[in-house]
Amino acid sequence: MRYIRQTVLREFGEVAQEKLTNAKVIVVGVGGLGIPVLQYLNAMGVGTLGLVEADTIDITNLQRQVLYTEAEVGASKLATAINKLKAQNSTTIFKQYNTFLTKENVLDIVSGFDVIVDASDNFATRYLVNDACVILNKPFVSGAIQGFEGQLSVFNYQGGPTYRCLFPNMPAANEIPNCNDNGVLGVVPGIIGNLQALETVKLITGVGEVLSGQLLLFNGLQQTYNKIKFTTVKENLKRTELEDSYGDNGCSVGLSINIKDFKQLVNTNTSFQLIDVRTIEEYNVFHIPSSTHIPLAELGIHHSKVKKDTTVYVICQSGMRSKMAQNQLLKNSINVIDVEGGINAYRSLETV
Amino acid sequence: MKILLFGITKDIIGSSVLDITNFTNTQKTVGDLHSYLQKTYPDLKKLSSLAIAVNNSYAEESTTLKETDEIALIPPVSGG
Repeated sequence: MRYIRQTVLREFGEVAQEKLTNAKVIVVGVGGLGIPVLQYLNAMGVGTLGLVEADTIDITNLQRQVLYTEAEVGASKLATAINKLKAQNSTTIFKQYNTFLTKENVLDIVSGFDVIVDASDNFATRYLVNDACVILNKPFVSGAIQGFEGQLSVFNYQGGPTYRCLFPNMPAANEIPNCNDNGVLGVVPGIIGNLQALETVKLITGVGEVLSGQLLLFNGLQQTYNKIKFTTVKENLKRTELEDSYGDNGCSVGLSINIKDFKQLVNTNTSFQLIDVRTIEEYNVFHIPSSTHIPLAELGIHHSKVKKDTTVYVICQSGMRSKMAQNQLLKNSINVIDVEGGINAYRSLETV
Repeated sequence: MKILLFGITKDIIGSSVLDITNFTNTQKTVGDLHSYLQKTYPDLKKLSSLAIAVNNSYAEESTTLKETDEIALIPPVSGG
């Protein structure tokens, strides 16, 4: 009775509904794209939903991540989203993964699901999801956004092309701007995320035609939808192993520390210097006490602030800019240690 | 020849559409067009992964071009 508005559709019916009930879908990232995907798949009756997310809710997320409220700023995205999704549909089985996807965990996490929805916000995860899906022979529904634009396609579906057939190599860290650096209009992930939910449902039920071998390019400013056809590069389907590294295009050569070890270091008051390379606005929202603030853009002119007689760590919001800062300093023969996952990861430890 | 620009290529070139005339008189392939654009807009050289489509189909560097073709420059985007 609950699903009658869709089971009454001749092309859909009880048969498709049953397929949704039996389906296991995992959504990577519970942000701008992941939220609409999860809300609709949950509403429509997908039986098992997996969520992968380790971030906390930030005030700057609220213009596009419409599941979260002002009162929830600072809370775990994963826990907050799951509570709301449970209230929305009590029959769904939820599997939660309070982590970012890594080379070490991706195959274990993804292997228990039929369909993967890539709603992540960085290239490293996108290439990792692609490679894991090829190895495990699973289709994935990919959405990505920037500014007023979005891209959508279903990759690795029944021998169809993969993400690497379209974009063979992972761009370098500073090559393409991300949402945090370059901005995105709030409604754009809503549009692309909803289209991802639609493709996921079609893929599961066999209703309609899956967007495989085609890339949809959405441009919100001109309200245009271009579809680009592309074909499988057979070599890309033969992958049996993950790459050695997905971090910072594999060109990061400096040391890094994981967030739990770093937190322990902060708590035990060991003497070290921590350089925070975020903008002053981000720094003012939250920073670790006694950190030295040098925005990434000004790092070149403030080398003298980097201490030479102690261990130096470098941190940013999510771990991208700190790697760039590390590489930049390394060129000047200054060795610093990158804090993996940045302030986001640090704050997520507080709320778990 | 009309070139549709997406993502960062729009910022590099400074508009969402680029019209170039008489290109196919002297140069012929997608690869030639790519080099010509890289020379005119050097920041395009920074893009290690750029898909180029001709008439809504993914094109190889060796694909030959006609004056009436519609091109699209498509860099990957990562936001979510």
